[in-house]
Amino acid sequence: MARRTICRFAANGFDSTLRAPSGVPPFVYTEQDQRVTTQADPHVEFEDIAKSYDGRVMAVQGLNLSVRRGEFLSLLGPSGSGKTTCLMMLAGFETPTAGAIRIAGRSVHALPPRKRGIGMVFQDYALFPHMTVEDNLAFPLDVRGIGRDRRGELVDRALKLVRLEGFEKRRPGQLSGGQQQRVAIARALVFEPELVLMDEPLGALDRHLREELQYEIRRIHRTLGVTIVYVTHDQQEAMVMSDRIAVLRDGMVEQVAAPEALYEEPERSFVARFIGENNRLHGRVATVDGDVCDVKVGAQVVRGYRVVDCRPGDPVTLSIRPERITLHPEPGVFSNQFDAVIEHITFVGDHLRIHMETCGRADFVAKISNVVGQGAVLEGDEIRVGWTAADCRVLDYGGAEGAV
Amino acid sequence: MRRGRDWRPQLRAAGLALPLVAFVGVTFVAPLATMFSRSVYDAVVADALPETLALLEGWDGESVPGEEVFAAAARELMRAQEERVIGQVAGRVNRVQGGMRSIVAVTGRRLAAAPDGSWRETFVGIDPAWGEAGTWHALRTAGERYTSRHYLAAVDLRRLPDGSIARQEEDRRIYLRLFARTFLVSLSITGLCLLFGYPLAHFIAHAPPRRAGLLLALVLVPFWTSLLVRTTSWIVLLQGQGVINDILVALRLVSDDGRLALIYNMTGTFVAMTHVLLPFMVLPLYSVMRGIPRSHMDAAASLGAGPAQGFLRVYWPQTLPGVGAGSLLVFILAIGYYITPALVGGSTGQLISNMVAYHMQTSLNWGLASALGAIILACVIGLYLLYERLAGTEGVRVA
Repeated sequence: MARRTICRFAANGFDSTLRAPSGVPPFVYTEQDQRVTTQADPHVEFEDIAKSYDGRVMAVQGLNLSVRRGEFLSLLGPSGSGKTTCLMMLAGFETPTAGAIRIAGRSVHALPPRKRGIGMVFQDYALFPHMTVEDNLAFPLDVRGIGRDRRGELVDRALKLVRLEGFEKRRPGQLSGGQQQRVAIARALVFEPELVLMDEPLGALDRHLREELQYEIRRIHRTLGVTIVYVTHDQQEAMVMSDRIAVLRDGMVEQVAAPEALYEEPERSFVARFIGENNRLHGRVATVDGDVCDVKVGAQVVRGYRVVDCRPGDPVTLSIRPERITLHPEPGVFSNQFDAVIEHITFVGDHLRIHMETCGRADFVAKISNVVGQGAVLEGDEIRVGWTAADCRVLDYGGAEGAV
Repeated sequence: MRRGRDWRPQLRAAGLALPLVAFVGVTFVAPLATMFSRSVYDAVVADALPETLALLEGWDGESVPGEEVFAAAARELMRAQEERVIGQVAGRVNRVQGGMRSIVAVTGRRLAAAPDGSWRETFVGIDPAWGEAGTWHALRTAGERYTSRHYLAAVDLRRLPDGSIARQEEDRRIYLRLFARTFLVSLSITGLCLLFGYPLAHFIAHAPPRRAGLLLALVLVPFWTSLLVRTTSWIVLLQGQGVINDILVALRLVSDDGRLALIYNMTGTFVAMTHVLLPFMVLPLYSVMRGIPRSHMDAAASLGAGPAQGFLRVYWPQTLPGVGAGSLLVFILAIGYYITPALVGGSTGQLISNMVAYHMQTSLNWGLASALGAIILACVIGLYLLYERLAGTEGVRVA
């Protein structure tokens, strides 16, 4: 049965793993990811956490999240989604209004920040400007009463880890932004915490440095095996770095999954919209047949893979990745094939963006690689486009096109 | 391509600053220069008695001078009497040696055109003091155009007739003690301002913006209020029949006869000056503290430091420039403070500037007033240089 084997890997010609019906992690990824997914030892647990600053507006509500030991988990969401609040509650700078936070199985409710043993990297680095790099790194060791020799050893090791040997005597003001951030990371790691929190640490850096440091942080994570909870609003950053990503919206978790799963199998229209690019079609369910359903979009009927539980007549949103759209499909290959008019073509370099009108949407985009023979189209052409039902996910009705 | 540097913009900018330069020159540099010159230069006696003083150059300093000196003195004193400068001369000589005022003035009045026998006999006849060497020493000292005697007097020293420097007589030593008191009071007031101002500045700097604005306005309102209004308000509060004493009496904490002396003494000076100078401490502290992100204390806590450790090792060191700037401002202002101690200090709460004012307005010894002023100025400049040296380039500049 075709609909039973609907799966993006099949559609893309990969060896496939069948999707489990309940939506739990279905993929066997790299060794790294497997380690994470199979290791079910929770390091941090948020249980029914709610937080309100003023007693009326809830910054976070009904939040349940479990971070595994050794995992790199990103809290991703737009500003105001509660991700920083979560981090601050975990660090101990904010107290949850309701619910419990456990670290290594132990509730930390009554524990002040300094006793939680968490390394923290702040958005503005929070390096102490009156101390040298060395003194900044020695600070957490000093307040713990660690002896001079051991202190020097740990400081050297941390500096080496972030590749800043030779900068011991500099002051933060004499370092570049990227170097300051390395110092901040080293300081959060120098006292060997098992849990490290990072609050948009790369937000203030330019793109090139950001990418470099993303790689560095990832490398450090692999080297040390510490648990990292990372807050960012940059979905690409979260995708590149994380073992798993928790997408937050309005103080609630929308979906927690590995980057690949989030991209390929968004369970909510918000996630689909927030992670990567998507074409969105709104319509009403016509028929449901197992995992597949037909959705009436305007005059057309689009076949999609059913993610949300829906019945005929329900409003839904269909989400199709631009790179999964094929131009000039052979007749009958795809379950979805429609007429389209090319509005214009943008040359991006490694790919072309084809803006077209189809299925009643004027802002439909297809991405095709910049390879000879691909997409021989011109602006104004009337062509056929197609996509598989597996690449067309039927999600909850996401409403009008709100800004993300 | 133009070669070299074009100076025209700089010249234009400098031209715009000219009015200010002129203003500062007239109102600041010129008075200061006059003050300095007055503290070392005094020509009243030298101009009035040039011949006498010239003759005294050859005097041995022990015996009574010869007849020609008396003759010259007679001529010149009579002329001074005619030109009505005798009073000024008498006053100048009097500062060198007490009692000389009336001797010189009376002599000037009683001298006649012709001597009664020798001039010497005439002088001694008018006042026997003219027959003593000390009188002529005083005259000679007062006749010096350039003199260090004001500075010596300002630090309780004097020059003996033989030229050596000795301490002032016991009962005339007042200035050193007053300097010491001024320094001590200023230091204590700086300490009090820091004690009160630091937590206040911290509170304002880290309060939510709206509340911070309100609190800052509350700090600034007294700053904008007339100094006299503030000081007299303290009189209303602190005086014997004032608000505070009335409340204490009403609460039966003190008896009606035992009302506390809170004003017209050192207590009054302390209270009023601390209040008046507090904004000068709070503002630099506030500006420094506002630049310290909250994340620093959070970072200290997350790194394992307790509140005390975090404060002492992370917060306090970062506020030191503000502490230095605020303390220096308050200390310098306190050293030169005049109005408040004059109004609420009574007799025991007077500071060195009140003595300067006294010499300017009452005793008219401008030379001594200038010398005292110059010493205060030197102390302030010295302190500032010390501060610059200690704070280096990282400190907040106050000048």
